[in-house]
Amino acid sequence: MTLVAARVSLPSEARRGEVVEIKALIRHPMETGYRVDARGQRIPRHIIRRFEVAYDGEPVFAMDLTQGVAANPFVAFTTVATASGELVFTWEDDRGEVVTVTKTLTVTG
Amino acid sequence: MIAGRIAAVALMIAGAAAGATAAEPLPSGTSYLSEGLRTQQLDEAANPGMLWVGEGARLWELPQGPAGRSCTSCHGAAADAMRGVATRYPAVDAPSGDLLNLEGRINRCRTRHQEAEAFAYESDELLGLTAFVARQSLGMPVRVETGGAAAPHYDAGRAFFHRRQGQLNLSCAHCHVDNAGRPLRGDTISHGLANGYPAYRLEWQALGSLHRRLRSCSFGVRAVQHGYGSPQYLALELYLAARAEGVPVETPAIRR
Repeated sequence: MTLVAARVSLPSEARRGEVVEIKALIRHPMETGYRVDARGQRIPRHIIRRFEVAYDGEPVFAMDLTQGVAANPFVAFTTVATASGELVFTWEDDRGEVVTVTKTLTVTG
Repeated sequence: MIAGRIAAVALMIAGAAAGATAAEPLPSGTSYLSEGLRTQQLDEAANPGMLWVGEGARLWELPQGPAGRSCTSCHGAAADAMRGVATRYPAVDAPSGDLLNLEGRINRCRTRHQEAEAFAYESDELLGLTAFVARQSLGMPVRVETGGAAAPHYDAGRAFFHRRQGQLNLSCAHCHVDNAGRPLRGDTISHGLANGYPAYRLEWQALGSLHRRLRSCSFGVRAVQHGYGSPQYLALELYLAARAEGVPVETPAIRR
């Protein structure tokens, strides 16, 4: 798993006050730390700890992830379109690796 | 008497061809998924296999080898050049006479035209590029060539499919023909079609090739597991594609 890839999907445009659905998918092994490899050596835990989304600088979604979450976590949530601005998606894992994706939402009306 | 014999022969031929050229296509493995998983498969934003397809799209544009040629350099945009290609594979490569699946074709392209090293089978790179190429045929019906140079491979695949093997002494057909659609422990037995591969299997929590799936099948009946890209699995892949005639390509499918 050397390749980091994240896919975020949301409408590029929405009317003011409209509820928009946002979907975020990221590539991550979410290794629990409970498994052993073929030689009986423990595979170290490697999971995403935190997923946060800021809309126009304001937090709109946050989630703590645990070892119970499957690999390649998929999260969908909704928010209200208030003003045109950037949505910043941030995933941070327990090795301190951070993946950030930025998307722009244009609000009309 | 003679007429009767001819009729009997005709019946046998019809019977032999029935598996490959049935008028009604067999149901895809997707029909045995739960509603939720089906929805997830159809939604590009939710289907985890699309992570690999995205990687494949990046590799398609990436210059490789000493000549610095990318896939685009020869083929152009994948959406046009690769449309429908996956429906025809596995196919015989004319210059070498080898039976190649999509993975094999991509690697042949790399060594022959890009002068680059072949990707390892089951590497993220090869899975990504294969899934990306197959994705360009989304929804198009599978139709492989089984005659001509492909005929011996097709016959070998057909024989493999119907031969009892392993400690459980089962052939592929015992499950995937005789009992397809019926429950096996917690799952439903599929018709053994490969129209969704490389597929995201929940058991693997990753995208995997058809040959990885076939190795699991071989393991399941306690038979010899053949290698990735082995002639046995390639021939079987051709036979499975012939069985899947008319079934739409669904790569990357979600499978349990």
